[in-house]
This record gives sequence, C-alpha cells and structure tokens, in this order.
Amino acid sequence: MADGAKILVIDDEPQIRRYLRVSLEAHGFGIVEAAGGQEGLRLAALEKPDLVVLDLGLPDMDGQSVIARLREWSAVPVVVLSVRADEADKIAALDAGADDYVTKPFGTGELLARIRAALRHTVGASAGVAVFTTGELKVDLEKRQVLLKGEPVKLSPKEYELLKLLVQHAGKVLTHQFILRQVWGPAHESDVQYLRVFARQLRQKIEADAARPQLLLTEPGVGYRLMVE
Amino acid sequence: MPEDRPDQDTRPSPEALLQTAAQEKRGRLNVFLGAAPGVGKTYAMLETAHARQREGIDVVVGVVETHGRQETADLLRGLEQLPQRRVAYRDRVFSELDVDEVLKRRPQLVLIDELAHTNVPGSRHEKRYQDIEEIRAAGIDVYTALNIQHLESLNDVVAQITRVKVRETVPDSVLAQADSIEVIDLPPEDLIKRLKEGKVYVPDQAARAVHHFFAPGNLTALRELALRKAADQVDGQMLSYMQSHAIAGPWPTRDRIMACISPSPLMPRLVRTARRIAERRKAPWIALYIETPAHDRLSDTEKTQINRALTLAEEFGAEVVTVAGSNVPGEIIRQARQRNVTEIVVARSHRSRLVNRLRGTLTDRLVELGDGINIHVITGSSEAESWFGVMRDRLAGISPAGLIPAAAIAFGVTGLVKLAEAWLPDSSIPLLILVGVLFSSLRYGHSAAVLSSVVAVLGYNFLFLQPLYTFTIANAENIYTFFVFLAVALITSTLTARIRAQAEAARIRESRTASLYDFSRMVTGAAAEDDILWAVVHHVAATSKAQSLVLMPDAGSLAIRAAYPPEDQIDDKAKIAADWAWEKGEPAGRGTGTLPSSDWLFLPLRTAERKLGALGIRFPEDRPALGPDERRLLDALAGQAALAIERSLLNRDVEEARVSAETEKLRSALLSSISHDLRTPLASIIGGVSSLMNFDSRLDDRGRSELLQTVRDEAERLNRFVGNLLDMTKIEAGAMQPKLDWVDPEDLVATAVKRASPLTQGHDIRIAVAPGMPLLRVDYILIEQVLINLLDNAAKYSAKGSAIDVRLRHDGSHVMLTVTDSGSGIPVAELEQVFDMFYRVKAGDRQVAGTGLGLSICRSILKAHGGSIRAESPVADGQRTHAGTRMIVTLPVEDQPVLPVEENPAHG
Repeated sequence: MADGAKILVIDDEPQIRRYLRVSLEAHGFGIVEAAGGQEGLRLAALEKPDLVVLDLGLPDMDGQSVIARLREWSAVPVVVLSVRADEADKIAALDAGADDYVTKPFGTGELLARIRAALRHTVGASAGVAVFTTGELKVDLEKRQVLLKGEPVKLSPKEYELLKLLVQHAGKVLTHQFILRQVWGPAHESDVQYLRVFARQLRQKIEADAARPQLLLTEPGVGYRLMVE
Repeated sequence: MPEDRPDQDTRPSPEALLQTAAQEKRGRLNVFLGAAPGVGKTYAMLETAHARQREGIDVVVGVVETHGRQETADLLRGLEQLPQRRVAYRDRVFSELDVDEVLKRRPQLVLIDELAHTNVPGSRHEKRYQDIEEIRAAGIDVYTALNIQHLESLNDVVAQITRVKVRETVPDSVLAQADSIEVIDLPPEDLIKRLKEGKVYVPDQAARAVHHFFAPGNLTALRELALRKAADQVDGQMLSYMQSHAIAGPWPTRDRIMACISPSPLMPRLVRTARRIAERRKAPWIALYIETPAHDRLSDTEKTQINRALTLAEEFGAEVVTVAGSNVPGEIIRQARQRNVTEIVVARSHRSRLVNRLRGTLTDRLVELGDGINIHVITGSSEAESWFGVMRDRLAGISPAGLIPAAAIAFGVTGLVKLAEAWLPDSSIPLLILVGVLFSSLRYGHSAAVLSSVVAVLGYNFLFLQPLYTFTIANAENIYTFFVFLAVALITSTLTARIRAQAEAARIRESRTASLYDFSRMVTGAAAEDDILWAVVHHVAATSKAQSLVLMPDAGSLAIRAAYPPEDQIDDKAKIAADWAWEKGEPAGRGTGTLPSSDWLFLPLRTAERKLGALGIRFPEDRPALGPDERRLLDALAGQAALAIERSLLNRDVEEARVSAETEKLRSALLSSISHDLRTPLASIIGGVSSLMNFDSRLDDRGRSELLQTVRDEAERLNRFVGNLLDMTKIEAGAMQPKLDWVDPEDLVATAVKRASPLTQGHDIRIAVAPGMPLLRVDYILIEQVLINLLDNAAKYSAKGSAIDVRLRHDGSHVMLTVTDSGSGIPVAELEQVFDMFYRVKAGDRQVAGTGLGLSICRSILKAHGGSIRAESPVADGQRTHAGTRMIVTLPVEDQPVLPVEENPAHG
C-alpha cells in the first residue's frame, strides 16, 4: 500500500538527496527533490506528495517553520532528519506536527521503517482497526482486552490507557508531553516520572524480557514508541 | 679585622663595577661649585654650554637665573630655552623647572641652575635636586650650580663661620654622585669688588646679612671649604677608578662611625657631624638609639627630636639601629664592639650637674668602657640644653590623670591604717602604707610613684609621729624614721614604676613583633594573590589605624587591587606619588621628599626581582608624622607583602607554564588522534568503495558483501569518533549542561545495550537488575552515552564470544552500575590514567583501535551528575578474582518523586 507513494525530499545537501533518491526509488517510491524550505513548500503544494522527508537544518528557513507552514493547509505525514543531541529540536518538530524523525547518520532500513509507519498511520487511522497485533501481543481495543501469548494480561486503568494510546499510534514516536497530556491530563505534562514508572510496569506485563524490551521502546530524551512488525 | 687585600686580588671589586654600570646609564651630573654667590657659576656654566654646543651636543636651558646681570643674559642667547612651569602659590605665581618638558624634549644636556632650590609646594618633588635625579635617570646630562653653604653636612659649619643659617640644603650624596665638579674660584677681594660694583645678586631679605657674609675672613673660609670638598670628590673618584680597574694602592682602613641618638636639641648637629666624619673617612656609619625604660616618660618634644634625628640619619645613609636597654653606656659599647665601630659621636648630657656628679657623665662612662674607641662629644650652648628647660618640658608632658588617684590611694591607705592602728603592731604600720604606695606606682607610673611616696610619708608624719596631727617631728629618732621611710618609699616606688615601664615597653615591642609575625604567617599562608592583597591591606590598616590600599600595574598603569576600608579611587596627586613609588622603588607622598603634599604615603612593593606595585597608607589628618620605628615596621610589612605577592605571582607563572605545557601536550595528542582516527576508517571506506566501483566484475558475492560490511563498520566508527570529539569539545568549552529528568535505570541499560549492539556483536551481554530500582534524576542521553562507551570498551578489549556482564544495584543512596568483561584487563598502575584524555592502554603488540576519549568523557559526564566512575582490574567476584576489567559507575539517588495512586488497579 505504501509502495508507489510520492515522497518529497527537502534537504540542502545534494549528496543526501542523491542517496535518498537512489535508495527510495529502489523501493518503488516516487521522489521529488527540493533544496530549500521555500522550494519545498512550493513543491508540496504543486506535487501533492504522500509524505515529506524534511531536513531540519535548512539554509533558507527554519525546519520548524516549514512544518508549521505546511500544517496550515496539509496533513501530509512528515519525517524529519536531524542530528543527534538535538533532542529539543526533535521534540519541537514533533510538537509542530511532524510525524516522526530519523537521527543522522541513519541506515536505509531505519528510514524505510519510519516512512512506512508514517504512511500506514495515515491509512490505518482512517480504517479504524480495532485489533492490533505485534509479536506475541494482541490488543483488542473494542473489547478492551490484552493478550500475551494468548493469555489475558491484567492491566491497571492507566496502564491500559497508556497501551491504548501507543497502539493507536503504533510505530510512531510519541513525546513524553503528548502521552502525559493524553493519559494523565494537561496538569501532568511534565511529570515524566509517572511515565517512567508506568512504562516499567507495562513492560513487565507485556514484554517477554523486561530488561530487553522489544515492543515498548524508549526514544532517549524524546518519548516512547510501540514497535510494529 | 679581615681587610680586603687588593695587592693579592687584582679583580675589580663587584660593587665598584656595579656602581660604574649604574652611572653609565644615567645622565652625567656636572656641578659648578662656588664658595659664595657672585663668583660667576652661572656665567661659567653658560660658557661651557656654548662650548659643548659648538661640539655638536644638543644643549637646552631648563632653568637659568640671570639675576638681571647683563653679561649672563647675553650668554643665554643662542641657547634653546625650555618653557617653565607656572605655579600659583599663595597669591603669587612662581616659575619652576618643568621636568616633563625636559623629559619630552630629551636633549643630550640640560642646564639647571641652583641645585639647592626648593620647589613651590605642590610640585612633583620638594627639591630641585630630586628633579635633576629624575632627569638624569632618563639618561640626560645635567649642568647645575651650587654654593658650598648649601651642602647639608657643611650647613652648620657655614652657619658658624658666617652666622647666616641657610635653609635650602642639598644632601652630600647628591654632590658625591656628581661625575665632575668644577670649582669656580674667585679670590675674596675680587668678589668683594664685584659686590661693590653691584654685580652680585642679593635677595632683599638677606641684605642685612650681606655685609657680614661677605667679610674677607668668611669668604676665605668658604673658599677653602669649597676647594676641600672638590678635592675630596676627586679623591673619591680616584678611589672608585682604582677599585673598578683593580689598581692596587693604599686603601683607607675601614672605619666605622656610630652616632648615639639621645633626646637633645643637639641631635641635628650630632647627626651632621657623624655624617661628616664618616664621609671624610669614607666609612659606613650607624645611628644608634638606646630605648631605655625612661623613653615613655620623654616629652613629645624629646620624642620628636629623636625621631627627626633618626630620620635625618637614615637620609644621610646611616644604618639606623634601635635597641632596648637600661644601661646606656654599657649598651652603646656593646653595640659598638659588635659592629666594629671605631668612632663614637655623642652629645653632651643635659642632665643636671648634680646627677652628673653622682652617676658620672655618659662621656666619662664611655671613655672608661670604650677602650680603643674614639669618643667625639658634641656640645652646645647651655640655653639649648638647659636641664631646667628639659624638666619643664617633661613636667608639661606628665598627664595629671594618674596623679589624683595615686595621691588618693596613698592618702586613703594611710587613713585606713590609722583607723586600724589599735590592732596593728607598730612596726608593721610603715610597711602597710608602703604597700599602698607600691600599688599606685605599679598602677600609675613614675610621677605617681613620687607623688604617692610624698603623700604617704607626710600622712605618716601627720598621723603617727609625735606630736600627732602636726607636720612637725619632736624627737631625733622620729626624724631618722621619717627620712628612712621617705627614702624607702621613693626608691621602692620608683623601681616599681620602672618595672611597669619596662613591662609596658616590652609589651609594645612584643606586640610589634607579634604583629609582624602574624602578618608574615597570614600572607605566607594565603596562596591566592587576592587573599594576600586583602591580608596586606587589612593588616596595615589595623596596625597603623589608617586607610590602606595596594596598587598593582594593570595594562601598564597602576590600579587599585585591594583597599581597606574599601576605596576605588585616589586623587591625581596620590596617583603620581604611587607611580613614583612603583617606578623608582622609593617611598613617595606624605612624609617623604617626593610629593609630600599628598595625603597618602606610598611605599614601593618590590623585591630584588621585580617592581610589583605600591602600598598606600593614608593617616587621619590629625596624626603626627610617622616615627622611624613605625616607618620601619611599615617598610618591613611592605617587604613581607612584596615577597608574598611575588611568591603568588611565581606560583601563577609556574601554574601557567604547567597548564600551557599540558595544553600543548593535549593539542599534539589531539592532532595525532584526529589524523590517525579519522584517516584509518576513511582509508578503509575509500579503499572499499573504490574496489566496488572499479573492480565489481572481479568480486564474488562474498567479497562484495565483506567490503560493504567494512565500509559500513568503518563509517560508523568514524561517526562515533566524531561524536566523542564533539562531546569532548562541549565538555572542554563548559557547554555540557546535563538536562536532568527522571529516568528508569533499567530502561536506560536496555536502550544502551540495544544501541551498542552493533559494537558488541559476538559478545554475550548479560543484564542483571536488582529488584526495586529507584528512579534516577540524570540526563538520559549523557548517561546512555557513558554506558555505550563502557560497552564498546568491554567488547573491544575482550575476546569475541566472551560474556559482558551489566549489573544494576542500589543501596538506598546510590545506584551502582557495573560493566565487567573478561579481557586482559588494565595494569594496576594505569587504573586511574585510563580516564585521562587520549590515554590508551598498551596491550602488547595488539593495538586496539580507540580514541582514548571515551573514558575521559565518561568521567566528565558523571562528574557533572555528582557521580563517579572507577576501574577495577583484575575483577573480584565473591572470593575469586579473574582477569578482566570492571567499570564501576556510581550515581546518587535523589528523593523519589511522588507517584499517582490508582483507585482501581485491576483491569482485565
């Protein structure tokens, strides 16, 4: 379903654009390239891409404002490219409306996984899937039922709410702030310790080995992600 | 006396060479010396100047007084005259030599008339000869003129000859430093003729004295003085020449002169005489003051006389010595013998003839004791040293404060004894009264002792001796008792008072010594420059009861570095005085010869090595000038302070040198690391990729995939290296600010192990987490980086397939995280060094690729978190140890956050 989608790559480095074009075209994506934010916004309107890959460090305009300008009229998924140690930038980009990020340097596999998750999410959300399965875990949102290896798992209400939120955005990174606001309410937006404790409890219930989580992954400094197959 | 043996030692004396060297840089001083005004000094000076100008020398006129003489004014023509400084003082405008103008113009030779001139108050220097010193110090030659009566040491002699006391004097040392002296000689009769012709300038106020001054006898005497002085000078120059050229010759024996300072108006004459003897003999001299217990009883006038004499002696180049003692002649002779003194100069005692007859005069005692030492006695008019006058001064100085209670005590004790008479044995009565007398003499000092003795004895007579209640004494035995009692009371009370005075003097000296000792301990204890400066100003302010500050050069000019009480600016005059003290290394400002009108006294802070700055002291307005004792204490403090400051500066220099050497070492390590660690992976990447591009057809699938694998691994290695470099740069720049947040350590270990998995491939990572781990408040990214670095190292330095243990434990206050490998380990000696930047353990022939940055970064990160990291090798596991390395990270646990409580935990 994702293959054949049109991707707009906004990056000022020709080498990166070339690498992305070759790698993504090899996977059947159509590529449109822009070297700057202005050009990218223009092409986004003109070409109506299915997804935007945006480098945060652009010479002509700030990556955050590109996202903000884009979000004024479009819900197109945006995957951000950023360097490590710029966690604040990543969070800001996600808050501004980006769907996910990849830290440079990255492998093609990682980028493809993010692109696919972002594309699927737009599709999946509209489909309203009620039962989610990843690995040994099965979550039935309709029946509010969680099964691990076919066995029912007992979750507290907050644990379930947390899992439900992650399932609804499976494969996507969710920022601490976003999760806290959704599960505990706006008053607890900065109480990261809640999240740490509940994530640990949840892992002990849904992971095969809590010391090496495979499903509920920590994105250092940013948030959490529920892995999909 | 071990004397120099120049006939055997033909090397030039070092002192002589040094002196010659010092004079070579300075401008030369040429003095035109005359016996009296009007002999034609200025005229001769100008004539010589013209001759020099014709030789091509750059000559300017600084100050020349023509005194309206036409022939002199004519000679001024053709010479460049520098503008003079106009100074307003007391409604009059004076013109003075402009030193700055001379220094700015920088001629080769400058003419400055009237060496003995005193500048208008407010000038930079009090005296013109000081101006000339400064000009010479700048390397400019000076011609000047001087009349012999202005010479300090001859001042008294001239006054005796001519009966005209000259106020403006020049220290002999100024003339002694002259490179050449030209005596302008004119026979007395010619001079008198010139005077009659009106060719001699005479100031109005001196007109009365002129007639006497220019008497032929006077002029002859003055002429002789001038010629003798010049001859002395020639001798001195000859001697200096012979010394510096190692010419053997008849050397004067080393005399040593000692002037004994005592409270007497004769002191200035005594000092000048001693100085004259010392100079004639080319001998060093000493000014000695014996501080007797009686010192405290001296009147202010007497104390001032002593201080002035000591200051004057110091100015004249004497070594000033103050010692405490009660036996004056004995102490003088002891000091004289100790210092090999050959001549002693004393002033005639001003004690009454009666006392002299009883105790013998000081002179008699000195002659008696000082076998082989010549004694010079200075005498003066009887008026000047009248015993009566001295006693009157002393009595005026006695404070009545102690007298009234002393008399009251004597009176009271006598009265009490009378009341208790019935119960007391007769013989004890005088003794009991004596106790009261002793008490008041101990308490109130010498005069009180005498008074209370008299009161007590009179009271005794009145109350106890027959007939009672009269001051008359009936029988002879009682007269005898009365006088014995009086004598006993006087002697014992005076002795008691003296003990008190000595104790007091000892206490003062003790406190001075203690003060100096405290200070030296304080400043040597302080290592930082600022601490030392603060200690200096604080101590000086406290001991001198004055304001104190330290100025040190900052970008070429002096700036206040410390002050107590705090002060951040000083006026311009003080600034100039401070500069003077700093640059010239001489005291300046209040109480000195340079800029005395300033409020501040500045002492140079200098050591043999460098000029460090100036110590400023401002005393309250009403405080009298400093005595030599206080000055010496301050000088000692300044000397101590300078040493302490220099020490701290040296420490700083050493530290800077060390740091710069270390930085240099680090820089070269960094460069070699960058060139090696960047190029090695790049070589593999470029090599691998070019093979793939150019020889793809020759590669089989396995080869191709191996090359690709290499390229990716090496690129990742490069990425890690760059990341480490970036982290290091951030740490070095102080830009690493941990963003603290609540973190689950178990979570942290899990993500780190996962992220490090490409690096630890082939190793078995075993994770063990103790139950109930607390949350940590740390920067997730940074601590994760620590863990990745540790895992990377563990994998690199242990065999493939071996296990790496990651353990998490806690003890309530700390979380301990260990990463243990079973590799070859780290030599014990290097367990600490591995955390140094660019340090790599040399593992035999096997060079493991590493940057030497990882552990250093770990340590910096943990430090920023209040945690620590250490290495253990070999590894202890329970009772057994095995090869390998264990890295132990410790992080503090903070108070755990409040967590939400769920009302309904079960959900299914």
